[in-house]
Amino acid sequence: MAKLTIAQALNQALEAALREDDAVVVLGEDVGKDGGVFRITDGLFDKFGGERVIDTPLAESGIVGTSVGLAMAGMKPVAEIQFFGFIYETMDQIASQAARVRFRSLGRYGAPMVIRAPFGGGVKAPEIHSDSLEALFTHTPGIKVVTPSNPYDAKGLLLSAIDDPDPVLFLEPMRLYRAFRDEVPEEAYRVPLGKASVVRQGTDVTLIGWGPSMALILAAADELVAQYDISPEVIDLRTLTPLDEETIVASVQKTQHAVVVHEAVRTSGFGAELAAVIQEKAFLYLEAPVLRVTGYDTPYPMTMFEDLWLPDTSQVITAALASVRF
Amino acid sequence: MTDGNEMFPLIQRLDQDGKLVGELGVLTAKDLKDTYTTMRFLRMFDERAWNLQRQGVIGTYAPFKGQEAAQMGAVAALDDRDWLVPTYRDWAASYLRGVPMEHALFFSKGHPSLGDVPAGKQVLPAQVVIAAQTLHGVGVAWATKLRHEGVATVVTFGDGATSQGDFHEAMNFASVLEVPLIFFCENNQWAISVPLSRQMHAETIAQRSVAYGIEGFRVDGNDYVAVANLMHELSARVRSGEGPFLVEAVTYRLGAHTTADDPGKYRSVEEEDLWIQRDPLTRIEKWLRTEGLLDDEDLAAMDVESEAKVEEVLAVFREALDISPLVLFDNVYAEVPTGLASQRAQFEARVKEVGA
Repeated sequence: MAKLTIAQALNQALEAALREDDAVVVLGEDVGKDGGVFRITDGLFDKFGGERVIDTPLAESGIVGTSVGLAMAGMKPVAEIQFFGFIYETMDQIASQAARVRFRSLGRYGAPMVIRAPFGGGVKAPEIHSDSLEALFTHTPGIKVVTPSNPYDAKGLLLSAIDDPDPVLFLEPMRLYRAFRDEVPEEAYRVPLGKASVVRQGTDVTLIGWGPSMALILAAADELVAQYDISPEVIDLRTLTPLDEETIVASVQKTQHAVVVHEAVRTSGFGAELAAVIQEKAFLYLEAPVLRVTGYDTPYPMTMFEDLWLPDTSQVITAALASVRF
Repeated sequence: MTDGNEMFPLIQRLDQDGKLVGELGVLTAKDLKDTYTTMRFLRMFDERAWNLQRQGVIGTYAPFKGQEAAQMGAVAALDDRDWLVPTYRDWAASYLRGVPMEHALFFSKGHPSLGDVPAGKQVLPAQVVIAAQTLHGVGVAWATKLRHEGVATVVTFGDGATSQGDFHEAMNFASVLEVPLIFFCENNQWAISVPLSRQMHAETIAQRSVAYGIEGFRVDGNDYVAVANLMHELSARVRSGEGPFLVEAVTYRLGAHTTADDPGKYRSVEEEDLWIQRDPLTRIEKWLRTEGLLDDEDLAAMDVESEAKVEEVLAVFREALDISPLVLFDNVYAEVPTGLASQRAQFEARVKEVGA
């Protein structure tokens, strides 16, 4: 089995989807000849041609809005938004349009489309290139929000997202694109949407995260075991909406402590939703309040200070200890 | 079908061989020598900034190499009461309007002062989101109209920006409201890897003015004499109540989109060579030499002076790096709310802990 980066695994998934189904088209800014600014679509233009791997004019709302039309007319567009911060340009077409197609046509139409976007910070990108805005979309019924944290899931989740009959926002952690390699099967396998992954079994505290935060949660988990003799259970949500409440609740009922980690700003972040779900479904099991490790309530910082601003491993450890020792 | 090239012939005064094919107009020979001196400094700065990214001193940098004449010409007619609303690549234009050169480095470094335009300078912070500033430009010009100020506003943007919905909305608002604004498009032919021919189906950007019922112009953006003269004329017209206008300055991005980009993936060396022949600096240099206004000794002196200026900019930049990260919390709102103040305190403790 080949050892691939997340970037390579995503490229494989797109290639497989283009091969499997003629209805699949890949579109976005610089996704053709250039292969995308992160090279996720590298080589696809040469293999499938300019009618299926399309360099669009520079207009994010145009990319998503035309994708809605393509999808309603039977195609399966996989749109790339160059950086997640530019998603604001597309808000109407996603939230008012794509997400409501099925609802307002009573199922007559659907919008089976995927919107891919690199997200998260830590790569010293310019302003508005590093924002974590997933909660805008978890707050939008009708669209699914998916984010992988490793190469295996990246490929399998993207293929499931493309299969899905509903629009899927697929968030790719930018700083993990080439951070490490994993074994990734050659074939076009699927990882189901809506299922969280318990990536480490434990008994003392449940650490919950997704996407870019998983790397620091896992590092924190190692240290909690080695330095503090604490046994953390680690959950990678993989799909934020629809949320796999069952896995979360079962884990918290076992560990009785929970810490949520995300890069997004704290107020109205998805961590708040998780805290609410946990207290609703596992209140009597809890030995401590659900704690959050998050970004601060400021715009994403100018990158000179992003490392100070972003959650880090030590904050996850501190929160886990605070929970366990509450 | 509309022939945009015929409707909007390229306005040129100084051709690529350094030959005057029109009048110097409002410019004098001395103006041109001064302009050339500044251009040489800007070119040196731009190349230095590229290297600073390679050395890890700054982050992603978007070079303006090749667009000096367009940017300098765009603001050539502006005075202290006029406004400039720039896009992210337009450090040459901003610099001439009083934004210190180190701001270009702040922008790439992700320094908190990247948009802290000096007080009294009527320049908006460089815009990152493509075409967003075109609407801001309309708003600024509208404000000056409501107050009967009789001043000009110039909003700059690239060819890619004309694909955005915001651009259409800006052109439409501006023309309906008849605001004293000049839309100045630096058509540098490439939006990262996408050539203008894939960006739009029309021949020229200038012809888009027709659809909004306003006047449009297509000018050789590598010809400072032509751009500066056109902008003098249009600025005077908007100050006296005319406008808006659309200017397409035909130029070329001689460098990459940014330090993170590799043009070798998508465009030919032959095309780049063609535009190197049209370099905005070369033609002025040729003209000045022919006129006996410039020799090798002058050039050497200019470079010594430019080098010193670049070093000054770098010195100011380095000194400015000593800024407290706590500023991140101080300008989210005019007053720091209680909840944010407590986060600020936590952040302060963290900063102390890691010794930043």
